[in-house]
Amino acid sequence: MIDEPFAVGSTLFHRLDARVKCIAAAALSLDLALTGSFTAALTGCLLTAFLLLLSRPDPKLLGKRILTVNFFTLFLWLTLPFTYGGAEYTSFLSLQLSLEGLGTAALITVKTNGILFCFLALLATSPLVNLGHALEKLGMPRKLIFILLFSYRQLFIIYQEYERLQRAAALRGFVPTNSMHTYRTYGHLFGMTLVKSWKRAERIHQAMLLRGFHGKLIPLNQPPLTGKDQLFLFIMLLLSLLLAGVSLFPCPHTL
Amino acid sequence: MTPPTPLLELRDISYTYPGTAEETLSHVNFTLTDERIGLIGANGSGKTTFFQLIMGLIRPQSGELFFQGKMVHSEKDFQELRRTIGFLFQNSDDQLFSPTVLEDVAFGPLNMGASPDEAKEISIKTLEKLGLKDFEDRITHKLSGGEKKLTALATILSMQPKLLLLDEPSNNLDPATRERLINILRGLDQAHIIISHDMDFLASTCAQLYTIEHRQLHRCDQKQVHSHEHLHPYGDKPHQHGT
Repeated sequence: MIDEPFAVGSTLFHRLDARVKCIAAAALSLDLALTGSFTAALTGCLLTAFLLLLSRPDPKLLGKRILTVNFFTLFLWLTLPFTYGGAEYTSFLSLQLSLEGLGTAALITVKTNGILFCFLALLATSPLVNLGHALEKLGMPRKLIFILLFSYRQLFIIYQEYERLQRAAALRGFVPTNSMHTYRTYGHLFGMTLVKSWKRAERIHQAMLLRGFHGKLIPLNQPPLTGKDQLFLFIMLLLSLLLAGVSLFPCPHTL
Repeated sequence: MTPPTPLLELRDISYTYPGTAEETLSHVNFTLTDERIGLIGANGSGKTTFFQLIMGLIRPQSGELFFQGKMVHSEKDFQELRRTIGFLFQNSDDQLFSPTVLEDVAFGPLNMGASPDEAKEISIKTLEKLGLKDFEDRITHKLSGGEKKLTALATILSMQPKLLLLDEPSNNLDPATRERLINILRGLDQAHIIISHDMDFLASTCAQLYTIEHRQLHRCDQKQVHSHEHLHPYGDKPHQHGT
């Protein structure tokens, strides 16, 4: 159920240290999220698109992800030009469109895609386990890291548990209809899944205690930062600073 | 000459599950003197409870537990005990929680203070010993039932315990894997206690039987472990015998 299709590969991005990638992704995505300047957003988006290209993702999968995200931005294009207001309007097919609304929709679309590219290039190229360990090394609260890693690991087990119960119900002739019996059955299925998952979590915690777990996950693989990692981090931070500069001090002739 | 201190001793241990009126185990006494013990008993008689009490996963309402001659009481004492006693769960899915086999087998050694390189080395050696060479990068939840069982055993053996508690290890194993497990257990240096309903399996791996009956642990002196061959239809297919 859970694959990490983007994490498989041998490009520079797959080999870089996850800590470096986390910092770079945080810096770039913050830039993109906070900027109000279209120039900065577009530059950032082009930059992260370039990074994404370098990580050589599977084009089909990439297309799917981009479509999924832009399904949401589509709603902005459908609503903002009519509701945003402002002084200037343009007409299109006898519709009155707010120029400012169009501008905002475009800005949000560019920002969204920029952040998506940034995450796909920098974060999706590491298995989640490595990201978890990296975040822990960077000083994130340990409890949050546990929740992240264990929800991820257990999600498919919980799903399997639910599927098993559902199959058992189907095998005994259960066909969902719009009836009290159906709702009650689903209630039982969800409830049982919850209870079983809880019990299982308890047993896994026991298994961890038995093997000497004392509140700290020790990663098996975490080589020290290489020169390449450091150089990459330096370049990424420099670019983020430049982007921040562009959005804080826009040239007078641009938007 | 005084006899050597037993690794494990239970004195007068009683346990009642919360919310139930009746005791599951009542005034159980046990001293580990034999090396290879089989534990039999009806479903729900308290065999797994007995293991959980030894490991400190549940705490008795009364009684004392001694490990290497010292009383075990606090969580810290039990942490020490768990480094020396390994517990193989009935369900391997509960035991394997890391993404890859290597990470799971190395989890124990890492927690015990081994460096990543040492932990890796111990894990690979342990896997090799169990005939699981080149399993390092396999995904734990995609293994077959038999492979899961052997991997779970590897996660325990990599901590180099002195005593193994095995809870129905031969359940749901095909004859070949079951045979493999028997050979592995016979070849190990560790003492073990095995819960099983599979008498043939116990006969091949244990020298002494205990049983839990009427909430008490009994050493079976009168019952002798023996083996006999027999014939019945489909005998070459996977099957189980009643105890």
